[in-house]
Amino acid sequence: MENKKGFNITFYLLILPVLLWLIVLIVLPHLDLLISSFQGDSDAGGKVFTLEHYMAFFQSKIYWLTFINTAAYAIGITILAFIVTFPVAFYLTKVISKKYASFLALLLLIPLWVGELVTVYGWMIILGDHGVINEFLLSIGLIDKPIDMLYTNFSMTIGLLYISMLFMVVPIMSTLESLDDSLIEAASDLGASKWTIFTKIIIPYSMPGITSGGIIVFMLVIGDYVAPDILGGKSSLWFTEQIYNEFLSTFNWGEGAAFGFLLLMISSSIIWLALKLTGQKLERVGS
Amino acid sequence: MNKILEIKNLTKEFKGFTAVKNVSFNVDEGGFFSILGPSGCGKTTLLRMISGFIQESGGEIFIRGKLMRGIPPEKRPVNIVFQSLALFPMMNVRENVAFGLKRQKLKKSEIDDKVSDMLARVSLQGFEKKKVTELSGGQRQRVAIARSLVMKPSILLLDEPLGALDRKLREHMKIELKLLQKELGTTFIYITHDQSEALVMSDKVAVMNKGRFEQIDTPRNLYKNPATAFVAGFVGESNRLELKSKDGDFITTKDGWKLKRPGLDFTPEVLYIRPEAFILTPAKNLDNISRFEVKIKTILFDGSNTKVAAIESSSGAEVLISLPQNARFENLKEGDTVEVGINYENLKCY
Ligand SMILES: Nc1ncnc2c1ncn2[C@@H]1O[C@H](COP(=O)(O)OP(=O)(O)OP(=O)(O)O)[C@@H](O)[C@H]1O
Ligand SMILES: [Mg+2]
Repeated sequence: MENKKGFNITFYLLILPVLLWLIVLIVLPHLDLLISSFQGDSDAGGKVFTLEHYMAFFQSKIYWLTFINTAAYAIGITILAFIVTFPVAFYLTKVISKKYASFLALLLLIPLWVGELVTVYGWMIILGDHGVINEFLLSIGLIDKPIDMLYTNFSMTIGLLYISMLFMVVPIMSTLESLDDSLIEAASDLGASKWTIFTKIIIPYSMPGITSGGIIVFMLVIGDYVAPDILGGKSSLWFTEQIYNEFLSTFNWGEGAAFGFLLLMISSSIIWLALKLTGQKLERVGS
Repeated sequence: MNKILEIKNLTKEFKGFTAVKNVSFNVDEGGFFSILGPSGCGKTTLLRMISGFIQESGGEIFIRGKLMRGIPPEKRPVNIVFQSLALFPMMNVRENVAFGLKRQKLKKSEIDDKVSDMLARVSLQGFEKKKVTELSGGQRQRVAIARSLVMKPSILLLDEPLGALDRKLREHMKIELKLLQKELGTTFIYITHDQSEALVMSDKVAVMNKGRFEQIDTPRNLYKNPATAFVAGFVGESNRLELKSKDGDFITTKDGWKLKRPGLDFTPEVLYIRPEAFILTPAKNLDNISRFEVKIKTILFDGSNTKVAAIESSSGAEVLISLPQNARFENLKEGDTVEVGINYENLKCY
């Protein structure tokens, strides 16, 4: 009994800094926002409880259309990130020798070192009217005027994909690393084709990694502001830009806060739904 | 007997290192063939060539007379039980066993019947829905074997399948595996570094050392007439004595122990004597034996396997001697001097 109690005290002591950090830096500011999202001005000039900020989202078509557009892109980019990074992760963990693998994995981290803003400007140099691609195509005479790539949904997708890819590749690599090669051999010994091995053994085995990578990428993309704003240009309908406008252009803090919470709740629901549909459990993800 | 597998001059080279050197052997249909050798001698490499996971550098593999070169693993009529078992962790027992059958596009009812039948054979009825991660070592073992056997392979290859089990379970599975093989009549090629597994289960055993086969024989012959010094030392227990010289019918060990050993037409370098080859107080009229005297140093009691460590009187050479299973030598104690004899043919010289 005493032992158990001693353990409990140590446990709470250890968890205290984490709890403090969570409360002071994350819960309190959010609580403040949560309150203002429900606060309206009464006729007398005081503060009253109201749902009008939330109602605004559903009543105005542009708001929820923007949200649907954002969510659709986020889902699409998450799937793209999986398609692009899975072969890379497989190659790094299963095909080449260990000593090159760790070096190449380090190279993958470079975008993270230089920061999002720099990478985004990098893409502007590549995709712009006088950027690397257009100049090259012009010089070999394949086109006679630059293709519009920058400030389109295309350039925004590329940028978002690029900055979020890493968060897909790392969890997938860590699950693939624990995949015993003899599992693949056993499947092929039992008559499975390459495609069957991929769909029945490798993908199910790496599902926890794919799921946690998917959640991170989806959340990162749906909540990103820099890439849609800079690379997407005027035409981009991105929900975080909407929130930004509420706060800083129209100074409607209540509506901005409400939209922020809607973003959090709806995107969490989408993840919850996706987990349900694929039969995954959150506890298993991340292991 | 029908030869189901023929291997001719099989060789495998890894960058500058030859793991399997010029190995040739045949396996009879329905036989239990073991490959016995120390760790790193090339057993797994040999097996992986037969199953098609690696390409041979030279030589030929024939299964039922058909050359296997260029045929991928999934098309070969062999199945393998991996050293690590390689059960699919995301599937339950039933799904694991059904995996290969599903690839053959059989009807669901047919798959179900075959899987239940196979699980019954390996005493795993009622475990269908269990996750393989929830099974004990012995049960996992049986799932791996069932998963391969359900494919009705011409040859089942087993790579040290009992390696991960504890001693007791290993003894038990040894017998079960032998019975299963008899019952099904499938040809087994069994790899092990445990000589007792090889001797107990097999019809034929090949002893492998540094990529080569030293001897292919029945377990009994392997034990009684080891062809090389390596086999004599590796299979069963032996006293090993290095030899100094040969003089007519006599050989002398490095310690200076002179023994009569007629019939040698070469100068041997090393002598092997099994502990049970020693005859304690041999009858006076016994012919064809080398006689000498030993002094008992210690008695190593181990039930039916009791031995004594003894010192040969003339040279001081130390030997291990098995005590016969009767009451006659129960009163033997340390310091006693005993007359001992060994049949000439049990003095194995190489
Ligand atoms: N892919 C490879 N490249 C280079 N050398 C290899 C390769 N595979 C095996 N070897 C070497 O070949 C030799 C035989 O290996 P193998 O795996 O066949 O041994 P084994 O007899 O199965 O041993 P164990 O009983 O430990 O499983 C070893 O020395 C090993 O280092
Ligand atoms: Mg091996």
